[in-house]
Amino acid sequence: MKELKVLAVVVFFSLLVYWGVEPFAHGQMHKHVDGDNFAYSDLPEITKKGDAVNGGNLVMGAGACLGCHSIKSQGMPAPMDAGTAAASYGVNPPDLSNIGALYDEKFLAALIKNPAHALNVEHKFDPAAGKMHPMVAFYGAGGDIDQEVADMVAYFKSIAPKELSAKEAFDNACGRCHAMRYDKYTQLGDTPEFKYEKDALAYQIKVLEYQDHLKAYMGKLPPDLSMIIRARSAHFLETFVENPQTQLPGTSMPRVGLSKEGYEKVEAYLTEIGDPSKPQREALGPWVLGFFVIFSILAFLWKKYQWRDLH
Amino acid sequence: MAKFDENARPFSEKWLDERLGVVTLKKVLSTEYWIPKDINFLWAMGMVLAATFGLLLISGIFLLMYYKPDAALAFDSVNYTIMTEVGYGWLWRHIHGVGASIVFLIIYIHMFTGIYYGSYKKGREMIWISGMLLFVVFSAEAFSGYMLPWGQMSYWAGMVITNLFSGGSLEAYGLVEWIRGDYVPGDAFLTRFFMLHVLLLPLVIIGLIVLHFGTLRLPHVNNQKGEEIDFEEAAELYKAGKKKESKVIPFNPVFLSKDVFVMGVYFILFFYLVFFHFNFAMDPVNFDPADGLKTPPHIYPEWYFLWSYEILRPFNKDLGLIAFGIAQIALFFLPFIDRSPNVAPAHKRGLFNLWFWVLLADMIVLTILGKLPPEGIYNDLGLVAAIVFLLLGPALFVITKMEKKI
Repeated sequence: MKELKVLAVVVFFSLLVYWGVEPFAHGQMHKHVDGDNFAYSDLPEITKKGDAVNGGNLVMGAGACLGCHSIKSQGMPAPMDAGTAAASYGVNPPDLSNIGALYDEKFLAALIKNPAHALNVEHKFDPAAGKMHPMVAFYGAGGDIDQEVADMVAYFKSIAPKELSAKEAFDNACGRCHAMRYDKYTQLGDTPEFKYEKDALAYQIKVLEYQDHLKAYMGKLPPDLSMIIRARSAHFLETFVENPQTQLPGTSMPRVGLSKEGYEKVEAYLTEIGDPSKPQREALGPWVLGFFVIFSILAFLWKKYQWRDLH
Repeated sequence: MAKFDENARPFSEKWLDERLGVVTLKKVLSTEYWIPKDINFLWAMGMVLAATFGLLLISGIFLLMYYKPDAALAFDSVNYTIMTEVGYGWLWRHIHGVGASIVFLIIYIHMFTGIYYGSYKKGREMIWISGMLLFVVFSAEAFSGYMLPWGQMSYWAGMVITNLFSGGSLEAYGLVEWIRGDYVPGDAFLTRFFMLHVLLLPLVIIGLIVLHFGTLRLPHVNNQKGEEIDFEEAAELYKAGKKKESKVIPFNPVFLSKDVFVMGVYFILFFYLVFFHFNFAMDPVNFDPADGLKTPPHIYPEWYFLWSYEILRPFNKDLGLIAFGIAQIALFFLPFIDRSPNVAPAHKRGLFNLWFWVLLADMIVLTILGKLPPEGIYNDLGLVAAIVFLLLGPALFVITKMEKKI
């Protein structure tokens, strides 16, 4: 039929333009980065079987983790508040309660032994030039260092909660550098409600002070992530978080070492805040399309009726 | 003083007719507005455009209730208030965003249909010119609307496009500042584009739509063969019940029934895009807030401006601006460049057929190149495609001058 031929021509040229300005052009504009599926293949495997009890002793004792970190789930508070910590280290060191559930264990082991290397920020921190990473490497407690590191990782895994919410994942992995203003969340955590404006302002000053330290540490204030899920493709975010240097060479953002499951949780939180209408959209879409399918069928019958004796 | 029937019931047809002439109006605009029978679905694109404009208007009204034209608040009013807090705000925004992009696809289909079938000639010049005016004002409407979410692409596209007004070597930066109301795009820039987008340009568009409809009434719509129809005679045949013999149909309900069917199919596609495939119309880059200190690695206009953008790019800045200027107005003159006496579909017009497909292919090539980074082979291809476009004008004059009467 002639109309279908005309339609085929229109569809062909429309799709050609679409292909040219979308998949093709974007493929040319952005280099393609293959992900590693959060395998961290550049880091060595843990060869030793860890002993959680000994690991606990090391974390509390010779490892000296608690000099900077808190483990709130085990009743160990942070040695200083977030603002003071940021003033000392540039960024508030993370709480260690749930790191065993979030991060890749190879990454944790490598991090304990050589933070700047595991975090992929050796371009920023070079001991030879006197630029030390604020986290001090663990040089061993006298025994086999690989065994000791494996023990500590085993300890963190043993105390990690079985279930972690999407927001807790974001809080630990991203939230000490990135704010999320659409969730009233800053680098200091959820913004409390204040009865008096002066208290709200005082809190805001604390946030700004923290951000100033962070700015000095990172070179610029890391961006708010409220809309990042729509501002970047899923593939970009995944490969960027897995290894920021692949997508943005020279960036001061460290590799955070999330496991695949850990990243999925973070992504879920980013989606919940940045694209909250997604479930509604997917639920309503088929109904609207169904309506127009029925509409078109009825319209076709009406057209048939109106044109019945014209030819 | 005209005569009024004292006994006519208020608001009855007779009562209204005596006061407003509704019976005549209905005949003129609908039941006795004659359309050729020999048409295909491309003739429904006008109504599809009107429906899309309606969707844009309605969704725009809902968005306007929550949008804040303020450089400090605009981004969050769109991305947080409308997308998160307002019930179905996301739906209105997606309809508006997808509609703004798709409306140009339909405009281009509508334009190429007109060129293919020669619907801009012999009494139909004003249809083409009013249509081109609509295209230009729609472009301005789309550009001003693109500023409003105040994302990275809003800001930088605004910067680039307003810079064009410096006129290359004329260095008329005073004019650029006058347009922006500031040295760089800022609050004054945003609020004036807001005014243009929600008031002045929509008013002009509505006026032009009325004019565009009006231009159709006397020369009538063209048909698939470009045949000259005696509409009065054909209408008499139709009214006498000889529908098979008559070459025309009334707009309402016969032509309309086909329009409505085409619209139904179109809306399936439209809402598929709204719900499931919207990134092409809502560029991810624009979900980053505007930042005057951070230039995005690639700045490109929306797809429907790419072909004219690519005519600007491959030349040096003065030649580029001149070429760009010519491209903007060249199509207006189409009815006068085409010297052929024939109103017929392109495939019946010899060399003109070739000209048509070269024009289409060239504009698609320009569109694709316009988005690619200007480097290496793309620059050379862009230069060739831009020169081809500029030569198509004189070529049309020569080709149609030689064309024999069919």
